[in-house]
Amino acid sequence: MKARGKFIVGSGIIIVTLLALAYVGYTQSKTYYHTISEISTLHGAALHQRMRVSGDVMAGSIEHENGQIQFVLVENGKKLPVNYVGTDPLPDTFKDGAQALVEGRLTPQGSFVAQEVQAKCASKYQAAPIGGTMAAGKG
Amino acid sequence: MDIFGSFALLLAFLAAVYAFVGGLIGIYTRKQLLTKSARHAGMAVFGLVALAVASLEYFFFTDNFSLAYVAQHSNRALPGFYKFAALWAGQEGSLLWWSFLLALFAFLALFLNRKRHPELMPWVGVILAGVQIFFLTLNNFVANPFNVIAGTDSSGVMRMATLAHGSGLNPLLQYPEMVIHPPMLYLGYTGFTVPFAFALAALLGRYPGEKWIHITRRWTMVAWCLLGVGILLGMHWAYAVLGWGGYWEWDPVENAALLPWITGTAFLHSVMMQEKRGMMRVWNVWLVFSTFMLCILGTFLTRAGIVSSVHAFAESSIGSWFVGFLAIVLTVCLVAWYKNRDYLRSDNQLDSLVSRESSFLFNNLILLAACFAVLWGTLFPVLSEWVTGSKISVGPPFFDKVNIPIALFLLLLTGVGPLLAWRKTSFDALRRNFAWPLGIGVVCGIVAAVFGFRNFYALICLILSVFVTLTIASEFYRGARVISSRDRVNIISAVGELTMRNTRRYGGYIVHFGMVLIFIGIAGRAFSQDIQKQVSVGQSLNIGPYTIVCQNFDSPSNANYSSQRATLEVFKNGKSEMMLYPERRLFTASQVTETIVAIESSPLRDLYVVYSGIDPDTKKPVIHAFINPLVKFIWFGGIVVVLGTGLAMFPERRTALVLRAATQPSWGDAVSAGGAAPAISGPSARSGNSLMRRTDSDDES
Repeated sequence: MKARGKFIVGSGIIIVTLLALAYVGYTQSKTYYHTISEISTLHGAALHQRMRVSGDVMAGSIEHENGQIQFVLVENGKKLPVNYVGTDPLPDTFKDGAQALVEGRLTPQGSFVAQEVQAKCASKYQAAPIGGTMAAGKG
Repeated sequence: MDIFGSFALLLAFLAAVYAFVGGLIGIYTRKQLLTKSARHAGMAVFGLVALAVASLEYFFFTDNFSLAYVAQHSNRALPGFYKFAALWAGQEGSLLWWSFLLALFAFLALFLNRKRHPELMPWVGVILAGVQIFFLTLNNFVANPFNVIAGTDSSGVMRMATLAHGSGLNPLLQYPEMVIHPPMLYLGYTGFTVPFAFALAALLGRYPGEKWIHITRRWTMVAWCLLGVGILLGMHWAYAVLGWGGYWEWDPVENAALLPWITGTAFLHSVMMQEKRGMMRVWNVWLVFSTFMLCILGTFLTRAGIVSSVHAFAESSIGSWFVGFLAIVLTVCLVAWYKNRDYLRSDNQLDSLVSRESSFLFNNLILLAACFAVLWGTLFPVLSEWVTGSKISVGPPFFDKVNIPIALFLLLLTGVGPLLAWRKTSFDALRRNFAWPLGIGVVCGIVAAVFGFRNFYALICLILSVFVTLTIASEFYRGARVISSRDRVNIISAVGELTMRNTRRYGGYIVHFGMVLIFIGIAGRAFSQDIQKQVSVGQSLNIGPYTIVCQNFDSPSNANYSSQRATLEVFKNGKSEMMLYPERRLFTASQVTETIVAIESSPLRDLYVVYSGIDPDTKKPVIHAFINPLVKFIWFGGIVVVLGTGLAMFPERRTALVLRAATQPSWGDAVSAGGAAPAISGPSARSGNSLMRRTDSDDES
């Protein structure tokens, strides 16, 4: 029984360490999902969280300016102006009408600063095979 | 011809239902003839599903665009190689492919054991048929790949339509790895169905002892190995095709494949505890149950779109079928375990913290912790939405923080575990086995730190990799030295002799060594660098020791795609080293672009160059270059793991020391380690132990 006790203590230490690491990783990388209509209802700390928003790229809204890219996301008639400041070139699938998922923060003016943009062509959705189109948006 | 495949698929469903119902009735009424006919029906499923697959392939090769699935995933100009692989490019086809591979495994399991284990096999057949019924239901009634395109004409009559052109295969899938990656992964997923069926059958039929583990050892290893190969191929594909410089980013789809592989790894280790010491019976049964359920969950995650990822924007109704099936499987497993739990009692207790048993326990504990962390992180958006109402996702920092320490601890156990004795290891033995390897590892670590490699985890990984490699090498050396002095052969042939006498043990060491190589490759990621720059012809960019000069831009094209290509000359120390041609292709049929990465791979580093496109403001081409150290170790390590697994499945050569005169054990029994130990089951486990220890000490003498 002694060995069993030691094993339980050892396991306990391992599990507590891993939980602590998991918590640190969680606070560093947690990202909230919001719909565009939800954004107007956010207040307080919720406004400053890192978040992901998805919507369709409004046709004709993509503008390139001084190396930055601006566009407008639409979802159920609600619009969100987005300023993309990331360094990666936008994915090939990013064009008018595409479904896009942006990740970043809201500005006090109500626009969105995105560090990351993923996109999927809306005209032709293909179900990914298992392990299939891994990170297709980054392509 | 059009309805041929459809019909075969429906018959396959009926045959599976017969195998299930007939098999169950056969078990309860003990009617041999019924059991036999159920088994035949189970085997017939394979032939019927194979006909359906052949029929769908025929439609692909004849460009029959009256079938919605063919029209969506192929076009006339698609090379034949990819027309073949287009079968599993979409949902309906990949589910059919799942059914086909499952039917193949089921057929083999039923056929190879048709004269053996008469109390066990009927149950196995019933369980396999049960799983097949689920997938064939999806194939026939939910996601039928044989659906035709139909529309109403001007008078409102429904008519079948044929499209002139298909919309083409997703160009990301037009890559050689993509032809073999899904089959490998699916073979892994479906392969775990067999050990699952045997475990559940042994439990339901209260089949004596550890026999189901002996029977399924090779099946489990094949499934584990194929799943691992599938994951590695997927990583290589992502690395070579997606052009973001990496191979793993904790995407839900990647995680979905990793989860059953982790529990499968835990299972492969913990069954040894049951074979040698009669411990962990409940644990093993649940590990194999969980592995199977994680395979189903993995298929479900990639199919249903419940976890938001780049793969899964669209949600599909198929998810509820999977949830239902998982619920049924879990219920059956729980009931089977609860009703037969006293049959799974352990023979032995843990004797010492410094023992082989305890290293296996820790191995399982942290593998399970890794599995849990990955599962938790993957499902976190769903769970957080249920609990708090807001959807929260966690990113790579979460997964890295938890899994890197776990992986390093596992690496340590890889070196320590196999050299610990069963039951209890003395301090002297520890010092004798580990002082030198660990010492040399630490010295290597210090040297690397002096030369400027100061990433903490990478250093630990280096120390442990050296340590594990040396312990493995010393195991081979010590064993071979005994043989070479006794049989008077040179040390090289003694290593061969040693390995063939105990393929299971030394194959395992080779697998461990392959994993060490993979770890080294992953640790190289800590030192990768990248640069992105706009360059026109004649301009250059610098990365690491390389200067990349842009020589030309052109646009080669063919019927399948048109492309933009950069011609780059790479200089190192002022000398021209090589030419690279990164490319972007626009596929004609699908109007989708794809990045063709130029990779110059050497054992120590990959130079990875991407043509990122033309900057819309300046109209200059953008080149993104990466230096990724040691990536080749990952792919090479994968090959070593496969070879080691293959070796571990090889029958062991009988040695002169053991009872050669004994009758040859049956196929199922010939798998126990040491060559000498007969199948250990139930009450004889203790005598088996002493026998095992004798063989072990024989190895070490």
